[in-house]
Amino acid sequence: MTEVAVFVVSAAIVLAGAIGVIASRNPVHAALSLVATLFGIAVLFIAQDAQFLAAVQVIVYAGAIVVLFLFVLMLLGVDQAEDLSVDPLVGQRFLAAVAAVGGAVLLLLALFAGDTPATGARAVTAAISDTVPNINQLGRILFTDYVLAFEITAVLLTIAVVGAVALSRRGDDEPATDAEEGGR
Amino acid sequence: MLAAVAVTPSWYLALGAILFCIGAFGLLVRRNPLVMFMCVELMLNAVNLTFVAFGTMLGDIGGQVVVFFVLVVAAAEVVVGLGLIVAILRRRPGATADDLSALKG
Repeated sequence: MTEVAVFVVSAAIVLAGAIGVIASRNPVHAALSLVATLFGIAVLFIAQDAQFLAAVQVIVYAGAIVVLFLFVLMLLGVDQAEDLSVDPLVGQRFLAAVAAVGGAVLLLLALFAGDTPATGARAVTAAISDTVPNINQLGRILFTDYVLAFEITAVLLTIAVVGAVALSRRGDDEPATDAEEGGR
Repeated sequence: MLAAVAVTPSWYLALGAILFCIGAFGLLVRRNPLVMFMCVELMLNAVNLTFVAFGTMLGDIGGQVVVFFVLVVAAAEVVVGLGLIVAILRRRPGATADDLSALKG
């Protein structure tokens, strides 16, 4: 009963936030709706006994990524409302809606149609245990079976930081904008 | 009557599917590059939810490990993507995704 209530409430928050992201005219409102979605997902992670991921979700996504989005929004001053009533490419919205609804229907049919529910092969790496805490299990498998992938993500993060600095550094000879050249 | 209903992993999978399609719709429809980026985050989160649901369903911690890596890659992607967006919008304030067709040369 409690489980059902938790699922229904957080699913409603997740979906309302998702609608907010795609329907908000103001990008700042979209970013705040994204926070609602991320928190809802974190609650659903806890409901599935993935406590570590829920904490990381709140810290990394809601704490770092959305704040980065808001920083960029404020820095560039692109936080003015956008006119959503016009459809720049004729029929694009209709086709996108058809594609999205079609994709959702296909996925849900694959899930619920037929006698056997969706599943895969049995566990092969490490079983979820009731006695060992979630974070201990994650840490153990991360530094044994997945240690190569772990090291590669470290390299990836370093590359990303260097790339971001190289991208956002303004050269000495480069003008601030080309607005004065009549660009746009 | 409600007490007879139990949350099955299929519910999480269904929610993930719907969330993914909402994100895909937004990515196709919106013009602001920052909002498009947020829609990509929505889709990544839908996939994360699906991974955790499958991990719970199959009793395998591997699903959660994959979500951990997706988080790291998403963070790297946001850093580089926002760097690109800042570099583009600084030269062309108010540029939308359509304006980037100027890159065709």
